[in-house]
Amino acid sequence: MHNLNKTIRCAFVKSLPVMAGYIVLGTGFGILLRSAGYGVALAFSMSILIYAGSMQYVGVGLLAGGASVLTTVLTTIMVNARHLFYSISMVDRYRNTGKYKPYLVFALTDETYSLLCDGDVPEACDAARYWFLVSLFNQCYWVTGSIVGSLLGAALPFSVAGIEFSMTALFVASFSEQWLTHKDHFPAVTGLVSTLFCRIVFGAEHFLIPAMLLITFVLTVFRNKNEVHDE
Amino acid sequence: MNEMVLVCVMAAVTFGLRALPFLIFRGRTPKYISYLGEVLPPAIIGMLVIYCLKDIQISSTPFGLPELMAAVCVAGLQAWKRNSLVSILGGTIVYMLLIQAVF
Repeated sequence: MHNLNKTIRCAFVKSLPVMAGYIVLGTGFGILLRSAGYGVALAFSMSILIYAGSMQYVGVGLLAGGASVLTTVLTTIMVNARHLFYSISMVDRYRNTGKYKPYLVFALTDETYSLLCDGDVPEACDAARYWFLVSLFNQCYWVTGSIVGSLLGAALPFSVAGIEFSMTALFVASFSEQWLTHKDHFPAVTGLVSTLFCRIVFGAEHFLIPAMLLITFVLTVFRNKNEVHDE
Repeated sequence: MNEMVLVCVMAAVTFGLRALPFLIFRGRTPKYISYLGEVLPPAIIGMLVIYCLKDIQISSTPFGLPELMAAVCVAGLQAWKRNSLVSILGGTIVYMLLIQAVF
């Protein structure tokens, strides 16, 4: 039997690592949007409808600059192409999630992905509902942050310089955890080295798409080696 | 009003990108995609780590030292306690101390 209270509790605990980061980054987005002259209604709409961190930061620039629809479409594709990558690796895991699937797909941000990509589900919890709640809690933090930032403007009472590192820390912690649980470190090393290589070759602005292609290429070429290794 | 149009465009394209692979592989998942589903997660997390650190300047002060030291703390805490919340809190506090008080 699935236990709803336990599912909610486990999902909340699982989402906690994202809480600080999302509230802070959401607040940063709200402040940025406010400084561009837009109010809390737009902050709320963007965080509810778009729900993609870096895209919303870029989006403030598009709105303020009066970008055309075509520019907006192309920029969104460039900034968010990496989400194709996340979805491809979740096709199997999210296959039988029924009524939760549309929201699970919509809410697959970098951070939610890093929490759920291991596919683990606590005992006695319904998998689809558990993933749904983790995704929903995360979006709640993000929306809360955006509203707070938009209302607060730049009037923060104390220095929180550096708190944005919590997002980096989340990915480093996920990386370490995956390293500790997987025997085969080839995919992890491939991701790290390919991206580092592309960052050096293509520069800080344009390395993500080449990195995704290189990672896919390397993992494809070494597919047989990997499968043999797993057995 | 024009803002809302652009917001909806961004929302639609973002959702479209997230949904596309699920639409393409609606039926049975090809073996190759299942394979990618197994090996991509650790690779993507590695990519995101580098992505977060992309703006570090290693040729000028502080040479990315606060980020690297804090990241080592996170990895060390994770190996020791196996609790992401502890690792993230610890690493973030170390980073804030480093950039506010040391560097």
